[in-house]
Amino acid sequence: MLTVENLQKTYTSGGKSLEVLRDVSFTVKEGEFVTVVGPSGAGKTTLLRCMAGLLPPTAGTVTLTNSGKVVTSPPKEIACVFQDYSRSLMPWYKVSRNVGLPLDNIIKDKNERRQAVEQALQSVGLDGFGDSYPWQLSGGMQQRVAIARALAYRPEFLIMDEPFASVDAQTRADLEDLILRVRQTAGVTVVLVTHDIDEAVYLADRVVVVSSRPTVVMDVIDVDLPRPRSQVTTKGMPRFGELRTQVATLIMRASAEAAAAQGQTQL
Amino acid sequence: MTTESIITAATRRRRSASVNGALISLILPVVILVAWWFASANSVSPFFPPLQRILQTFVDAWLSTRVASDILPSLARLVIGFAIAVVAGVGLGALLGRLRIIAVALNPILQFFRALPATALIPVAVVLFGIGDVPKIALIAFVSSFPILLNTIDGVRNIDPVIEDVGRSFRLTKLQRLHWIQLHAASPQVISGMRVALSLAFVVMVSSEMLGATNGMGYVTLLAQQGFQIPLMWSGLLLLGLLGLFVNGIFVLVERKLLRWYTQNQED
Repeated sequence: MLTVENLQKTYTSGGKSLEVLRDVSFTVKEGEFVTVVGPSGAGKTTLLRCMAGLLPPTAGTVTLTNSGKVVTSPPKEIACVFQDYSRSLMPWYKVSRNVGLPLDNIIKDKNERRQAVEQALQSVGLDGFGDSYPWQLSGGMQQRVAIARALAYRPEFLIMDEPFASVDAQTRADLEDLILRVRQTAGVTVVLVTHDIDEAVYLADRVVVVSSRPTVVMDVIDVDLPRPRSQVTTKGMPRFGELRTQVATLIMRASAEAAAAQGQTQL
Repeated sequence: MTTESIITAATRRRRSASVNGALISLILPVVILVAWWFASANSVSPFFPPLQRILQTFVDAWLSTRVASDILPSLARLVIGFAIAVVAGVGLGALLGRLRIIAVALNPILQFFRALPATALIPVAVVLFGIGDVPKIALIAFVSSFPILLNTIDGVRNIDPVIEDVGRSFRLTKLQRLHWIQLHAASPQVISGMRVALSLAFVVMVSSEMLGATNGMGYVTLLAQQGFQIPLMWSGLLLLGLLGLFVNGIFVLVERKLLRWYTQNQED
């Protein structure tokens, strides 16, 4: 389990301070798929970077409950998929090297490592592309390489920062279903940040709705839609519509409050 | 299959364009050579001998014993000096790029040495190291290390924070991050520094041989002028120009290979 407790983050530079996270708390249970959704401009990336141990919070903690370990630097239990594949893959290495790079410190045996890479590529439908360079692949395929890299790392938690934001709609739907499939087979717990309400509801067991900056958790909504999900059937269910309305209402309220707050500071 | 045929068509088009380009860029040199040949054919001026005589001297004087006695020693000094500059410049640059404060503190000194004309240092090198190979190699290395150093500092400093996050989140060690991520990510800038450094190294190679030297292409060329062997002097210039082109050509080939990922990325 992963616990986020009273997380705060304020950036200070040159005497000015910017409060990004005010008070964020939620838990992620083992095997769960949690999505964090909020209006654009909410401190979602900051939140994820704190959770992944890439950014020290100003206050509050992120704890891996199983080991009781407080996250202060990137833990081996967490793997990340970043938003922009063109910036998170290494164009100077072939796909297989990109996927295998983090394994050099984990799997000592070379053959075993190669197998792990092949298996990861296969699980995202990229077998046979190990010898290509990332820039020879389409955007969707590149993001699948990034997913394969995270899976090959065999994490307990997969943290994804708007992973499908820079691909077209059809590819996006395919990748959503891919991630649902692989998290089943890999038995990994997923935290995914998005600003897309449909995506948040479609993927999640629970949706954490956050406000605009300074970010607080507005509500955590249980998604009681049956699994396996399907782009056609699930999204056609009346319950899906109810849930997305519920989330959308919260986010609209958040945006309105943010706009009002901004208006006040301007006056 | 369609993408494949598009790729091959594009490659073919690019290849034929580059063949056309090569042909077009050959026109002017050929025209100049032909014009020079005929214009100077009956020349009696001691300063502008016929091209035929210059070429004859070129073959007789340079392409025989002087290969071993002058051309190879010159090139060896160039290669060794440049190699030292690359190792020192990249190594120190990668370090300073990480230690922002030290880089800022050192910046005025670095800029001073970079701005110092390379040839002004030749007497200093002779005083410090005497004559022979050492002062020339030291000078080539010193002068050409600055563009590499400054570009490496810049390149390492401007690495995309996302790829740094990737390295940290997968718990790569500092050394792995340097080796697998930072040096590669900075390489476009490092290599453009190396390109500037190479032409500097070539200048220093020739000019250092014109003062306190006993062999080398620069030495022979200057001696020819002083001994009134004008065809030898001209042929020395021809040789230096051709070698400069050759060295640069090799560099471009290496650059293309190393930066294929970068140029491909830019095209998309």
